[in-house]
Amino acid sequence: MRVSASNLACVRGGREIFRNVNFSLSSGQVLAVVGPNGAGKSSLLRVVAGLLRLESGRLDLEGGDPELTIPEQAHYLGHQDALKAALSVAENLAFWAGYLGTGPAAGDEALEAVGLAAIPDLPAGYLSAGQRRRLSIARLVAVRRPIWLLDEAAAALDQAAQVRLIDLMRAHLASGGLILAATHAPLGLDGVQELRLGNG
Amino acid sequence: MAALSALLRRDIRLAARVGGGALMGVLFFLIVVAMVPFALGPDLALLARTGPAILWVGALLASLLALDRLFAADHEDGSLDLILMGRAPLELAVAAKALAHWLTTGVPLVIAAPLLGLFLNLAPAAIGAVALTLLVGTPALTCIGLIGAALAVALRRGGLLVPVLVLPLTVPVLIFGVAASNAALAGPVPFGTPFTVLVALTLASVVVGPFAAAAALRHGLD
Repeated sequence: MRVSASNLACVRGGREIFRNVNFSLSSGQVLAVVGPNGAGKSSLLRVVAGLLRLESGRLDLEGGDPELTIPEQAHYLGHQDALKAALSVAENLAFWAGYLGTGPAAGDEALEAVGLAAIPDLPAGYLSAGQRRRLSIARLVAVRRPIWLLDEAAAALDQAAQVRLIDLMRAHLASGGLILAATHAPLGLDGVQELRLGNG
Repeated sequence: MAALSALLRRDIRLAARVGGGALMGVLFFLIVVAMVPFALGPDLALLARTGPAILWVGALLASLLALDRLFAADHEDGSLDLILMGRAPLELAVAAKALAHWLTTGVPLVIAAPLLGLFLNLAPAAIGAVALTLLVGTPALTCIGLIGAALAVALRRGGLLVPVLVLPLTVPVLIFGVAASNAALAGPVPFGTPFTVLVALTLASVVVGPFAAAAALRHGLD
C-alpha cells in the first residue's frame, strides 16, 4: 500500500498555510512532519484525513481496499481526544470500536496495550490528560486501519507510555501499516523520513 | 449498520446519563404549559379552546432546547472529525443522531402531552388528537432542527442562531399540527385533511433533513 501526495496546497481563512508539498509513503514506512508552530503540520494531517479541503494538488492511494477512500482507511489522532466525559473508559472505546468497525483486537486487549485495563469503569471525565491520550490511542489498537495520522501523539504521555506508544507504532509498521506523524520531538523509531514544512 | 447502531446507542446513553436532553425538555414543557393558565386566567372554556395551540407551542420550544448541542458537542471534543472519517455514509450517521435526539427529546414530550392536556381542561378526544399530532409532528421538528444545528457548527456560531434559523421553518408544522388537533375538537374540517398534510411535512423533512445537515457539515470542514 502506498500513499502519495503531489503539489498539495492548503488555504485556511484566506491565508495560505502551505504549498507544493510532496511526499510518498509505502507500507512499513514512517514520515515525520516537522516544522515550527503554525507551519501547517496539523493542517497537512487534516488534509490527508479528509477533514480539510485541498486547495490544489492530489492525494493518491495505491493498494489497500479500492472501495474505500484514504480517510476511511485511516486513523486520525488529533489534538482533541474525542472522548465523552459522561461515558466510562470501556464505553468510550467500545463506541469507537463499533463506529469505526471492529478489528481483530478486542477492547480489553486494547486497554491492556495502553495500560488502562485497571480502570475500565471510570468515567472518562476523571482521566488525566495523559490517560485521555492513552485512551484515544487504544482506539488505534482496537480497530485495525492501515494508515495512522498522528498529531503530536506523544504529548502529555509519561515515559512509560511513550515507550508503549513506540512499541505500538513498531508493531503497526511491521504488520504493513504506515504512519504520518506531526511532531516536535523525535519519534523514537528507526528509518524515519522527514518532511519539513515552513521556512526552516 | 453496526456503526449506526453504535452511534444511536451512544447518543441515547449520553442523553440519559447527562440528564440534559430528555428531562430538561419535559420540564421546560411543563413550565410553559403550567404558566399559561396564570396568564390567561381561570376561564376553563378559553383554556380548552386554546389548549392544543398552547401544547404545540410549548412542545416546539422545548424541542429546540437541546438542539444546538446536537453537533456542537461532538465538534468541540473532536468526535465529529472521526464521525466524518467513518465508513458509514454521513447522511445515515446524521440520521442516526437525529433518531437518537427524537427518542430522547421528542418522545418524552409526546408522553407528557396528555398529562399536560389535563391541566388545560382539554376533552379526551382533544388530548388524543394533540398527542397523535405531536407524535407525528415532532420528527419533523427534529429533522428541521438538524439542519439548523449542522449549520451552526459549520458557521461557528452557536446559541441563538439555531432557534432563529429553525423556528421560521417549523411554522408549517405548527400550523397543521394545531389545525389537526382543533379539527378533532371542533371541526368543521375533518381531522384527516390537516393531519395528512402534517404527515407529508414530516416525511419530507425526514428525507431532506439528514441530507441537508450532512451537506452543511461537509461544507463547514475546517
